Amino acid sequence: MLMEVKELSLSIGKVALLDRVSFSVDRGQVLGLVGESGSGKSLTALALTGLVRRIGGRITGGSIAFDGQELSDLPEPAYRKLRGKRIAFITQNPMSALDALKTIGDQVDQVSRLHLGLSRKAARAHTVDILTRLRIPEAATVARAYPHQLSGGMKQRVVIAMALAADADLIIADEPTTALDVTVQAQIVMILSELVRKRNIGLILITHDMGVVAQICDKVCVLYAGRVAESGPVGQLFDTPRHPYSAALIGCIPRECMAPGALKGIPGTVPSALNYGAECCRFASRCARADALCHTTRPLPHSQGAALVACHHPQGTAAQPEALDV
Amino acid sequence: MSEPILALSGLTRRFSTGGGFLRPARSMTAVRGVDLQVARGDIVGVVGESGCGKSTLARLAMRLLEPSDGTIRFEGQDVTHLGGRALKSLRKKLQMVFQDPYSSLDPRYTVRDCIKEPFRALGEPVPPGRVEDLLDQVGLPRSFAESYPHQMSGGQRQRVGIARALAYAPDFVVLDEPTASLDVSIQAQIIALLQDLHRQRDLTYLFISHDLGLVRYFCSRIVVMYLGSVVEVMEDPHAAPRHPYTRALMESSFVPDPEARATIVPLEGEIPSPFALPLGCPFAPRCPRVQDRCRSELPQPTATTIGRVSCFNPIEA
Repeated sequence: MLMEVKELSLSIGKVALLDRVSFSVDRGQVLGLVGESGSGKSLTALALTGLVRRIGGRITGGSIAFDGQELSDLPEPAYRKLRGKRIAFITQNPMSALDALKTIGDQVDQVSRLHLGLSRKAARAHTVDILTRLRIPEAATVARAYPHQLSGGMKQRVVIAMALAADADLIIADEPTTALDVTVQAQIVMILSELVRKRNIGLILITHDMGVVAQICDKVCVLYAGRVAESGPVGQLFDTPRHPYSAALIGCIPRECMAPGALKGIPGTVPSALNYGAECCRFASRCARADALCHTTRPLPHSQGAALVACHHPQGTAAQPEALDV
Repeated sequence: MSEPILALSGLTRRFSTGGGFLRPARSMTAVRGVDLQVARGDIVGVVGESGCGKSTLARLAMRLLEPSDGTIRFEGQDVTHLGGRALKSLRKKLQMVFQDPYSSLDPRYTVRDCIKEPFRALGEPVPPGRVEDLLDQVGLPRSFAESYPHQMSGGQRQRVGIARALAYAPDFVVLDEPTASLDVSIQAQIIALLQDLHRQRDLTYLFISHDLGLVRYFCSRIVVMYLGSVVEVMEDPHAAPRHPYTRALMESSFVPDPEARATIVPLEGEIPSPFALPLGCPFAPRCPRVQDRCRSELPQPTATTIGRVSCFNPIEA
């Protein structure tokens, strides 16, 4: 496994925000980390990149193994050698990831000069090569441009180029296409998916867009209120979701074949982290299948087909061939 | 079609910017000659990417922006240049729900004040019990009346925005991306609410969105815009599109089904700057079906079996 996260728990101050989150990703694989806002997706990304300490976060349990190395207690100087070199991070808003006062080329060059020790000239050649491979027309000219001269889609490609400049083994992309238009999103999603196959790297894609997940992920981990609800191969998740939350999330996507009124949404809202219960299923108050057990006992992840599901009353199994009812 | 509730013809809006001491002003056309008729009870979806003019169109229809050219008729009456008291009265019948429920509600107003605002604007008394009725209708507990926006989630705020739009029992509601800032589960709740209200209150909607999948589910007609122009109107939202841009939009919105994983060929390039519109068809520089003619002549709308399309080389049915 390229990266294996086991029972990761994380707190900021006294508030526990992640509760025993586990998932793994291998080379050549795309793992989708999905969930609604407040589910802990972005926080997980910060934990994996060691940046969570900067916002006062503290890992309180579990492990993050990257290529055999334990990261959860890695000191910052060692993390700094890893981050940007072997683990690259793509943020949601390309504008905030780029320095407005430096040219595109200088910013991408910096990565390979720092991490690969390339000379100024070699770094620029490397940069132009990467930009060209990301299908940026006239890459040498673009390298001399400033961020404000580029469109949103172009800037996001530059951020991806920075992630690739040091030949990272793992890319963590936090909502890389959310700020972009759909036709541009399609381009970026295709570029990312191609990269993973061609360069045999791992990609952890954080998104709330189940369409994007279905399109490029191999595995999916569904987060809800800081816990994993369900994780498994993408095919089974969309075909026979076992956790009522996964099923409801898929049912929230409008499809043209849906009968009018079929789109209902999930009643209620995601609970606030201050009101997370410890000994209960956190989805219980919004779940149609919940009973007394769900309000008093935490469901532990167990195998359901090829997936791990944390639910007392999973659906879609042979014994309970029930339709989605939200 | 019987008398349309809203009829836009040749609607155009230009904006100019710059124009300083040494710099000449530049102008761009955000909405170019849009013709659109909306029948009573319709849900018309206007879809397109950022910068296509869909929000400007919504604001023109609402008379929040003055058109540079063209006319707006509401229930048969020319309202293009209505002003003062008459315009305020028009707003009793014509209301809008805004995109961002965080900035469209005054943080110092309670929910009750927000919903009462339309009455205050016209200097009219609020009918007793109206606020409670509206809260019931949008599915919020009555106890919320004394809450402030910061105490509520995004979905709840958007429900307040809808209640405010419905305060005067309008006939026509313009919905400008009402779910764009919400989670999918909440988006689905809001869409279900809008569907219920449409049915119960005999409303007509103009629904602005960038999400073609959502528009195909929710709307009875679709208007596709690109760089200020309407490129296609589809009377049947489930029909196959004729305009290459509509098809590209459709292919770009990924279907949530791993088995339908298509090796899509994304559109090359991005939307050109509206300040330097290409001559001819605005979509020509990105179009996979482009011909010589497209680069020099502007295609006019022609009727298709499912609506109308502005394209010299439309996709065959």
